[in-house]
Amino acid sequence: MKLLEMNNIKKSFGDLEVLCNISLSVSKGEVVAIIGPSGSGKSTLLRCATMLEKIDAGDIIYLGEYAAKNTAEGKALYAPAAELKKIRNYYSLVFQNFNLFPHYSVLRNITDAPINVQKRSKAEATKTALSLLTKMGLEDKKDAYPYQLSGGQQQRVSIVRALAMNPQILFFDEPTSALDPELTGEVLKVIRGLAEENITMVIVTHEMAFAQDVADRVIFMDGGIVVEEGTPKEVFENSLKDRTKQFLQRYSHK
Amino acid sequence: MILTIETIIIQLAYGMLKSIAIFGLTLIGSLPLGLFVAFGRMSKFKPLQLFIKFYISIMRGTPLMLQLMVVYFGPYFLFGIQTSSSYRFIAVIIGFVLNYAAYFAEIYRSGIESMPAGQYEAAAVLGYTKSQTFFKIILPQVIKRILPSITNEVITLVKDTSLAFAISYMEMFTIAKKIASSQSTLMPFVVAGVFYYIFNFIVAWIMERAEKKLSYYR
Ligand SMILES: Nc1ncnc2c1ncn2[C@@H]1O[C@H](COP(=O)(O)OP(=O)(O)OP(=O)(O)O)[C@@H](O)[C@H]1O
Ligand SMILES: [Mg+2]
Repeated sequence: MKLLEMNNIKKSFGDLEVLCNISLSVSKGEVVAIIGPSGSGKSTLLRCATMLEKIDAGDIIYLGEYAAKNTAEGKALYAPAAELKKIRNYYSLVFQNFNLFPHYSVLRNITDAPINVQKRSKAEATKTALSLLTKMGLEDKKDAYPYQLSGGQQQRVSIVRALAMNPQILFFDEPTSALDPELTGEVLKVIRGLAEENITMVIVTHEMAFAQDVADRVIFMDGGIVVEEGTPKEVFENSLKDRTKQFLQRYSHK
Repeated sequence: MILTIETIIIQLAYGMLKSIAIFGLTLIGSLPLGLFVAFGRMSKFKPLQLFIKFYISIMRGTPLMLQLMVVYFGPYFLFGIQTSSSYRFIAVIIGFVLNYAAYFAEIYRSGIESMPAGQYEAAAVLGYTKSQTFFKIILPQVIKRILPSITNEVITLVKDTSLAFAISYMEMFTIAKKIASSQSTLMPFVVAGVFYYIFNFIVAWIMERAEKKLSYYR
């Protein structure tokens, strides 16, 4: 089953066309890694998928429900607010710089939206949060405030915050890029664990080894288009396009 | 008639109550109004934004004393409306609230604009409504950020209450001036100064407590 379909997405900032007719589809249980040089539009694609940014043209379909639909004039038309509100429950996003709420404790960061947005009971939301925290080895941090945590711990809390919403798809935008190198491992390990549980994920990353290892499918983007797409083996070892080869070479020399 | 120091103190203490009333009502009115003004200032609706900008520049660009006089005498001189005697106090409060709302609005605005976009985005992805986002996520953090500036304004307000003398409202300073000229002594000013100082000391202490209370996070 397709959880997400994005068809022929176009997005410009002023005169700058950032997404040029991009399509992306994600099936249940799939882990998709998006790689590509800086400025290629990876974040913009995630931000469009999560409706932080509005697309100019194309379709966005979650579980068969249209969030945005291309009209006959070739312009994207968004669904009514109530429908979008429902669709927002299907996904969650983990940010590069965590974006935890600094004035809430770890526990409240995780439970506040389930309680106040999804109207789940406080007891149930707390129970879910605590079991997720325990799984991440963070149960003793539940009363801490974000500033008291290391970057790696903050990112793990933000992953718990996203998971606590019971999303169908989890998006990650460079989840380890803001971390000190010695802290990236603990976060990648968590994401690996989620992949093993068959949680559907779309991960923008510059960690090539990780992408190769964890993804079912790799998408190489450059200049607002998908240059190449395939299994990790196809993209990393037998890439067909020169642009992909150049990019991967540059990365392996780093 | 020579007034004893006790009588002077009692009369000034009475004026002090009036000063406290101006102070309290001004804050009650201008702190929330300032937030609305800030929204207007940040509005995407250009005419409203320009109007608010003009209002703020007038409030900040002319003396509060003058504004009080306009509010108090305006109804009569501009519209020929006979105002009742109780209007003096109302005029004081209107003038102060309008003035301080402008200052608070600019403080709110700078605080709101200093909030990182990531906080809005995290809230949006989690499905918070616009008003939940503002009142649960943004405003509490804004308050922490702007509290030092609010403290400055509030302390200025304590001293500014004396400007009500411009329309002869009988708060502490007006009374001190009256006693001083009838008794030819500086004593009332000294006492009034002490009163203002104590008042501000308490206000500063409360604001410090509030800042401490919000220091549980960074
Ligand atoms: N809000 C915006 N306004 C104007 N231009 C933008 C905006 N957001 C992104 N861009 C531009 O769009 C292009 C793609 O940006 P995007 O952030 O999607 O790239 P990216 O692939 O995520 O890069 P990186 O690897 O550096 O994160 C860049 O040229 C960027 O400057
Ligand atoms: Mg990016």
